[in-house]
Amino acid sequence: MLAASSVEIRKVNKHFGPFHALKDVDLVIEPGKVNCLIGPSGSGKSTLLRCINFLEEYDSGEIRIDGQLIGYEAPGKKMSGRRLREMRRSIGMVFQQFNLWPHMTARENVAEGLIRVRGMSKSEAHERAAEALTKVGLADRMTNHPARLSGGQQQRVAIARAIAMEPRLMLFDEPTSALDPELVGEVLNVMKTLAGEGMTMVVVTHEMGFAAHVADKVAFMEKGELVSVDIPDRILHHPEDARIQSFLRTYHERNNF
Amino acid sequence: MFSIPVFLESFWPLFWAARYTVLISVLGIALGLVIGTLICAARLSPYRWLHRFAALWVSFLRGVPLLVQLLVFYYALPVIGLDVPALAAAVITVGVCASAYISEIWRGAIAALPKGQAEAAVAIGMTPRDVWARIILPQAFTLSLPALVNELILLVKASSLVSVVGILEITRASQAQAATTFRPLEVYIAAACCYLLLNLCLAALGRYLEHRTAV
Repeated sequence: MLAASSVEIRKVNKHFGPFHALKDVDLVIEPGKVNCLIGPSGSGKSTLLRCINFLEEYDSGEIRIDGQLIGYEAPGKKMSGRRLREMRRSIGMVFQQFNLWPHMTARENVAEGLIRVRGMSKSEAHERAAEALTKVGLADRMTNHPARLSGGQQQRVAIARAIAMEPRLMLFDEPTSALDPELVGEVLNVMKTLAGEGMTMVVVTHEMGFAAHVADKVAFMEKGELVSVDIPDRILHHPEDARIQSFLRTYHERNNF
Repeated sequence: MFSIPVFLESFWPLFWAARYTVLISVLGIALGLVIGTLICAARLSPYRWLHRFAALWVSFLRGVPLLVQLLVFYYALPVIGLDVPALAAAVITVGVCASAYISEIWRGAIAALPKGQAEAAVAIGMTPRDVWARIILPQAFTLSLPALVNELILLVKASSLVSVVGILEITRASQAQAATTFRPLEVYIAAACCYLLLNLCLAALGRYLEHRTAV
């Protein structure tokens, strides 16, 4: 069992110029739970996710990881870079475009953070990287550069890169959206395994099947607002809000043929 | 008539003079890389006055011909009491001029990297220094290699301009030889061959480096 973080999001607002991207968002994520964020594109799901590790700076409100405010010392006063880096160490992130470093092999991608951030020796880091890659089923691809891997394999390396750092919280930003349909399953399987180990996970996704079967809670967002958060069945199968019903109708229409 | 023996004979003094061409080009690009990197860093820095200084540096040095820069630099220094040898003046001018182009090459390569590359490193908790040293610059270097080799080749050819401050590099040596032998055609064709040979070697080196750093 891994140590798992809690996340509390209170009254978070974010503007991009005149655009109000997040409007008084409240969300609590309990330790060891899997939360999926769903909603139409442009609804603020990714922005909210990126605020959790302060890749995106929120304007007001609070985001606390295990009770610790992230990004700010106090409202309006930014946290030092050093302190922010310390907090980010225990938060893993997986991106839609994988963002693997193309000049390094799969194993070097995973080892880099262990060496630079955790201060491990190269051999120790490579050993740990090999373990992480084995865990995502890529023991035989360690010396490949990203360009020589399929999209699904690249995303699994990216997951290995994050879990090798032993995070207590994992953020997934549409991890399967850039993948060919036949490669989605292998990535979702790795994520299911992680969820089963009790990792706190926040997943922005369009994979309703994953949300239905793996998530403890599903949050629906639209136009910067968190419309509703509930157990998957009530959001995905018996939604009361008209906006969720309309979103799911569009989703089912697109996926029926 | 074109005389083959005269043509072949005229190579030897030119090869000897080529050491200055190579010296000025290599030291020039080295100096240009150092200054160009600093200028690029200034250009990308959040400090407005540093940014402006870098922008001014680039636009001035790109806007004035190297030949004029050489003459100004060479004749201005004694006026302010500095006695700089011609070779040093040439290397500095060539390097400074190259720095303007090199900083723009760097800037373009850095801007071409997807934002997610740095983000992935930041999300893991890497320091800004490590993000630059480990993630951005190695990739920017690979991306800019063809442009850097191009710049080096341009520099080899531009080094012919330093003949105006009296350095006996390939061009100046060929002029001197043409004047004494009265065989300008053979001599200048030999000079052309020297430059071509040098630059073919550089192009091959560039291809080798690109091949080695390719991912």
